[in-house]
Amino acid sequence: MTSPLTVRNLAVAYQKKPVLTDITFSVPEGKLIGVIGPNGAGKSTLIKAILELIPSLTGEVEIFGGSYKQNRKKVGYVPQRESVDWDFPTNTLDVVTMGRYGHLGWFKRPGKRDKQIALECINKVGMAPYADRQISQLSGGQQQRVFLARALAQDADLYFMDEPFVGVDAATEKAIISLLMNLKKTGKTVMVVHHDLNTVKEYFDWIMLLNVNLIGFGPTEQWFTKDHLQRTYGGGLALLEANSSPIIVSPR
Amino acid sequence: MNWLSIFSDPNTQWILMGSMLLGVSSGVIGSFAYLRKQALMGDALSHAALPGVCIAFMVTGTKSIFFFLIGAIIAGILATVSIGYITRHTRIKQDSALGIILTVFFGVGIVLLTQIQHSNSGNQSGLDKFLFGHAASMIQTDVYTIAGISLILVAVSFLIFKEIKLLSFDPGFAKGVGLPVVFLDQFIMLLIVTAVVIGIQAVGVVLMAALLITPAVAARYWTEKLHIMVILAGVFGALSGFVGTVVSTMANNLPTGPLIVLSATILFLISVVFAPHRGLLAKNRIRISAKVEYEHSFTSKEVKEKSL
Repeated sequence: MTSPLTVRNLAVAYQKKPVLTDITFSVPEGKLIGVIGPNGAGKSTLIKAILELIPSLTGEVEIFGGSYKQNRKKVGYVPQRESVDWDFPTNTLDVVTMGRYGHLGWFKRPGKRDKQIALECINKVGMAPYADRQISQLSGGQQQRVFLARALAQDADLYFMDEPFVGVDAATEKAIISLLMNLKKTGKTVMVVHHDLNTVKEYFDWIMLLNVNLIGFGPTEQWFTKDHLQRTYGGGLALLEANSSPIIVSPR
Repeated sequence: MNWLSIFSDPNTQWILMGSMLLGVSSGVIGSFAYLRKQALMGDALSHAALPGVCIAFMVTGTKSIFFFLIGAIIAGILATVSIGYITRHTRIKQDSALGIILTVFFGVGIVLLTQIQHSNSGNQSGLDKFLFGHAASMIQTDVYTIAGISLILVAVSFLIFKEIKLLSFDPGFAKGVGLPVVFLDQFIMLLIVTAVVIGIQAVGVVLMAALLITPAVAARYWTEKLHIMVILAGVFGALSGFVGTVVSTMANNLPTGPLIVLSATILFLISVVFAPHRGLLAKNRIRISAKVEYEHSFTSKEVKEKSL
């Protein structure tokens, strides 16, 4: 059985500053994986390098046993919400339909079936009442749901999500995570860049500890420990033993 | 001059047709530049076109739109490559890079233009109109060329509408689904340069930037749907071309370019003030009605409390 994602010796640098060095790992199928690490650890960079959105210095990326170009349709991507201008003249349904563009090819317009799929995905994220809503009128949480629905419309097997929980309310966070768990149940693999250490144990069955180097990658119970976290975050981490939930104390 | 007689003159009919078609295509293409947040790029490309056009004239000695196009495209590519290089390899941000490149290219263009006018090649008449346009100098074949290229521009925009839309909204996602983002970006640049070149005769290089952006910005006020915005921008562009040319024909010797741009600006001002939802009046009305409603609910509650 081929792994959904295998990365070998990946290195990325901005100008001359290394952001990721010597990253090697292989992702098992059907896991919900949290990518964890301090600011500037290269979490988003890792995803962007895998998706060839930014150039990498060295390294190979294999997706379902082939190159990313070959298996592009099996990959879904939810970028950071702030990466687009939400005042763009379009509505929810239109944005979600964009998830189908990868399946359409040049010049072809999305048809009835694509609209149907888009509507189903909007329904899945609980945005059905907002399908015709202008996107500038959506709240932050709703915008995140729209992006998630667009990724669902891609009908992929491997999903990358860049901080989907930033700036969304608790209800949206719960809705998103239960949706991700459903994806996992149907055998999809999901990699999520995540910030909140308090919810790691609850959300993810595997974690990736990242700080320029790959510190650890494996089942949460094995890697989500005080030692490993301190190695990842350096001196910036304080653990309150009392309730055993770690919090980040910024050195700045 | 009689108002209506200008419409019966076949020459004027051609000119009108030319400027309206130009307005349509620049409005449509400009919408994409505006949504890509490359409004200033339109400005840079139109200024950069001047030296390209001048060199094309010096080399070939003819005023042919085709050679102008080639010159302008080469100059446009040089300008965008320089801007890209400066932005990537120095600490200078894109707006400063645009400012530098735009003025350098325009300066070179003016020098070349002056040079051409002082050389007595005999064929240079009309070249000084490149700056601000002179629609009356258009002849039938020019209009044919403009019409043909405008049609191509609009047809291409229609064909790759879906791709441009995705690229404009979310370039990262577009790249993810396999769109050749860099190629498409260059292609849109090419469309902009082409629109600038066909606008040289009627509007001039300096003001083509305004004809690219102003109708698009005005159209944005009236709608929340991209395809309607693009169509509206085309309509606004055509309307500006029409009004500008008519006024220019009636008032003798007024340059067409500025008049077309002024017409577009008036359309823009009307949009800013009167557009539903987004316009200033509509926003004011909504705010006042919200305030009145709030105060009303507040006072009625007070009355109830008093009556208790």
